[in-house]
Amino acid sequence: MKIDSIINGIVIDHISAGNAMKLYRLLKLDTLDCSVAIIQNVNSNKMGKKDIIKIDADVDLKMDIIGYVDPNATVDIIRDGVLAEKRSIALPEKLQDVIFCKNPRCITTTEQELPHIFKLTDRENRIYRCIYCETKK
Amino acid sequence: MRSLIDILELSLEEIDQLIATAEDIIAHPEKYRESCKYKKLATLFFEPSTRTRLSFEAAMHELGGQVLSVSSAGSSSAAKGESIADTAKTVSCYADIIAMRHPKEGAPMVAAMNASIPVINAGDGGHNHPTQTLADLLTIWREKGRFTGLTIGLCGDLKFGRTVHSLIAAMARYTGNKFVLISPEELKLPSYVKKDILQKNGIEYVQTTDLESALPALDVLYMTRVQQERFFNEEDYLRLKDSYILTPEKLEKANKDLKILHPLPRVNEISVGVDADPRACYFKQVLNGKYMRMALILKLLEVEV
Repeated sequence: MKIDSIINGIVIDHISAGNAMKLYRLLKLDTLDCSVAIIQNVNSNKMGKKDIIKIDADVDLKMDIIGYVDPNATVDIIRDGVLAEKRSIALPEKLQDVIFCKNPRCITTTEQELPHIFKLTDRENRIYRCIYCETKK
Repeated sequence: MRSLIDILELSLEEIDQLIATAEDIIAHPEKYRESCKYKKLATLFFEPSTRTRLSFEAAMHELGGQVLSVSSAGSSSAAKGESIADTAKTVSCYADIIAMRHPKEGAPMVAAMNASIPVINAGDGGHNHPTQTLADLLTIWREKGRFTGLTIGLCGDLKFGRTVHSLIAAMARYTGNKFVLISPEELKLPSYVKKDILQKNGIEYVQTTDLESALPALDVLYMTRVQQERFFNEEDYLRLKDSYILTPEKLEKANKDLKILHPLPRVNEISVGVDADPRACYFKQVLNGKYMRMALILKLLEVEV
């Protein structure tokens, strides 16, 4: 299977196999008007299988979302057909309106305009908790 | 400007200071009678409460301050759909400090984020109730004389009991305390409290369903009510509500120095016959709650006496 190289755009590489669609949804890539390629289950020497997303434009991506979904992914910025920049990814300390609290007793269920904010409370186990009710995501 | 939403926002030194202030209020109440003159406390209670609201109001009156009160969601602008943020901003224009109870978890935090005056969490759903914990701590201090090396039994609804979670979090910060968690299977302490507080800090604890066999080893017994309002299903409530009833007969096996606490209100989990036992401290605990709320109001309003 062959996907063309991009000239100016972004490659999100080393995504754990199966996570590409989740990233696609959370990053709202469906709202872009450029070409977006999702490549799943690519053979990888390091990972066995991996996913890749190629975006044919240099758009502003929310790195905290990528860090939350897959902190081991890499983000390469391509300009004039060459690798111009590698952006670092890390597990974000805080997520705002990325994930939503499901606790029916949480204040976010009745205060519609309240931002849904989660804080990283256990880095080792990648556990986020709602700042209002402390429910685990 | 500072608020109190969670007991863990207070350092151990600050808890010591609050206890020292409360002890001074008990010893010299006249010193404090006008300490909050011209200050106003707004009590915003969006969930039924008798003792907590009255305790806050009595505390403010005894400090010489005044009280503005909303006692139910139905009689406030919340019934018209006003947000917590707008309520907090509005009340900030009238009062100097807010005490808020709300059935939704996190509501007082939202109020604190939007108010320009201190907000005290007076209970948010099954989540936090820091001023009850302050009452519990003053009671343990006055009755046992220490916060260390205690075996603390917690009995009843350990799942939804916000006062239980806060007390465990508070007492886990002192050395040498052990916890005995006594509850039916369905109302066991949530795993995140066990994991994040007890296991993470290497604190000794045991879980049991048997109150009587646990009693002899305890220094403090914290009884709780199975709260009907925390259940979505009435059948579950009816099945679990009579799980544990403390009686004078059961107490025969308990330590002579045991201290029995209960955040109140009780339904039937402590029989009235226990009230005359010198080990029963739950009505002293109510009084201690008022003193700690007085100390907290002084601290948050930065009033020096």
